Amino acid sequence: MWEYTDKVKDLYKHPQNVGTIENADAVGEVGSIVCGDALTLYLKIEDDVIKDAKFQTFGCGSAIASSSALTEMIKGKRVEDAEKITNRDIADFLGGLPEQKMHCSVLGREALDKALANWRGITLDDAHDVEGEIVCQCFGVTDALIRKVIRENHLKTVEDVTNYTKAGGACGSCIPKIEDILNDELKTSPGVAAAPAAKKPLSNIRRIQLVEETITDVIRPILQKDGGNIELVDVEGKQVMVALRGNCAHCLTSDVTLKNLVQEKLREFVEDDIEVVEAR
Amino acid sequence: MNIKSVYFDNNATTMVDPAVLEAMLPFFSERYGNPSSMHDFGGAVAADVEKARRQVADLLGAENDYEIVFTSGGTESDNYAIMGTLAFFREKRHVITTRVEHPAVLNLCKRLEREGYRITYVPVDGEGMLDVEFLKKAVDDDTAVVSVMYANNETGVIFPVEEIGAFLNERGVPFHIDGVQAAGKIPIDVKKIGCDMFGISGHKLHAPKGIGALFVKRGTRIRPLLYGGHQERGRRPGTENVPAIVGLGKAAELALRYLPQEAELARLRDRLEKGILEKFGNVSVNGSRTHRVPNTTNVGFEFIEGEAILLYLNEKGIAASSGSACSSGSLEPSHVLRAMGVPFTAAHGSIRFSLSRFSTQDEVDYVLSALPEIINRLLEISPFWDNKEKKGKPITV
Repeated sequence: MWEYTDKVKDLYKHPQNVGTIENADAVGEVGSIVCGDALTLYLKIEDDVIKDAKFQTFGCGSAIASSSALTEMIKGKRVEDAEKITNRDIADFLGGLPEQKMHCSVLGREALDKALANWRGITLDDAHDVEGEIVCQCFGVTDALIRKVIRENHLKTVEDVTNYTKAGGACGSCIPKIEDILNDELKTSPGVAAAPAAKKPLSNIRRIQLVEETITDVIRPILQKDGGNIELVDVEGKQVMVALRGNCAHCLTSDVTLKNLVQEKLREFVEDDIEVVEAR
Repeated sequence: MNIKSVYFDNNATTMVDPAVLEAMLPFFSERYGNPSSMHDFGGAVAADVEKARRQVADLLGAENDYEIVFTSGGTESDNYAIMGTLAFFREKRHVITTRVEHPAVLNLCKRLEREGYRITYVPVDGEGMLDVEFLKKAVDDDTAVVSVMYANNETGVIFPVEEIGAFLNERGVPFHIDGVQAAGKIPIDVKKIGCDMFGISGHKLHAPKGIGALFVKRGTRIRPLLYGGHQERGRRPGTENVPAIVGLGKAAELALRYLPQEAELARLRDRLEKGILEKFGNVSVNGSRTHRVPNTTNVGFEFIEGEAILLYLNEKGIAASSGSACSSGSLEPSHVLRAMGVPFTAAHGSIRFSLSRFSTQDEVDYVLSALPEIINRLLEISPFWDNKEKKGKPITV
């Protein structure tokens, strides 16, 4: 069973703004029944303000919750502000999503793009979520969308891209192309790996806060998928002491986990010279 | 109807029968001897292990008790059968299995493929029935083993193992059956089937998790997966998990005793299935309705997604499972439904209900009473459903 937050559970049980809008000013349709999730977003826009938003979704609990969250987030916003909403914002609104379900938040963001393009009178080809060339034939994902999601979410691996866009998740024949795009993005966008929230130099209190948040929101869910866990023991300057628990505690590759996952994520989200040591 | 929870996911795991638990308990306390010990304390326990071996042999129709090897479960039984046979026939590099096997066999075969083995995956038809002629044509002099499930875990469809067994015996090709979903649900007679190996899993027939068995016909050429002590005649070394073995023995005895009630179980399953088909226009049954185990129905709801159905069922205290992409952690619907050619419109909305001898008519009726609200709510949300016309919209795939 997926580990959904209370917010996700609440919204798939009691989704807000379900339905259609008669004479909608904008409609955005994304996904398909073949892909396993689809979303149609309806908007009523007056004087550049989104007065009403409704949706219909075919998909899992996180797809329903993400769609509901999106409509709540954009209602009453000016179009220019709504456009700034990223899939990460949708996931944050929900208190997080399982990594493999992040594509549901991307679906919401895509629907908004399509609806606003529709409102502006621009027709996007059905096969193109955003302009670009189809990379993943199975799920109809374009290179432009992959690049956009890599940048917005600081993605680093093919698995990340699959979790966020589904690309590469079926026949797998597009994985080499995804790797090329990833390498290209990581090469040409040095900012991709930069910490999004950290403003240096950090105070000790802020550093501890960010370390705790990163462990809770990013690292722990990854470890829990394999039956592991992690505890923050102490933070001394830039040295973070952690204890691995569950399956990770006696895993032969725990050193790799500490350096390649825990330390890398903390460097990505907190400070790029954080050192992680295991508390013995 | 005062029902708080309904467990209709018995193909995933089953409740340990209270009588099984009762049989096991002494082996956690006063009867903790090691069966290999030379004193009575262990020797008495060894007799209980042998009793369990006999009980399992009876369930499977094995001629000799020693043809039963205790394992940790279905996955190990499958791996032991296939890998053990390949280890003996090192010169043969061809394995035949089906496209709808459990991952315990499929993923092993994928691994073997990477090691240079040639694997033939036998297809199924739209009802999930095996293409036996395809299988027969695939057998050649290089075939080391054929591994086929008796009953499919997702649809419950039963394969014609006797026909396959007769053919393979004639050709002298080792035949392994993954019998995990058949044991305790339909009568089994390994002699009549003519198989060389037959695997079962305890937790699928009201024994605990972590115990299983593999029937290995006398004279079968097979090497062990593990090397160590003399336990299980050297075929599966390691100190015996006595409580679990005793539990599996008791569960096998009970399964045999309750088998005559399978018609009642089928009646309950049919009541559920018929009720679903009558209540909803957007649903169909996945798999043959005639050749299947009595406890399973797999239905595909069009225009709505399986994980969402499961979550809503869960809110009502009902446990089932789905072959949808979202619920599986993969991005595609179940390999079984895809092999059957079930349209995506239904595969994504597939729900498997699997009952047990502990299931009741009240539980079936409770599920039937809970479903309309769930299905109608999700249809209301679906972009593929016309709420005014109360029917699906035309879908271009």
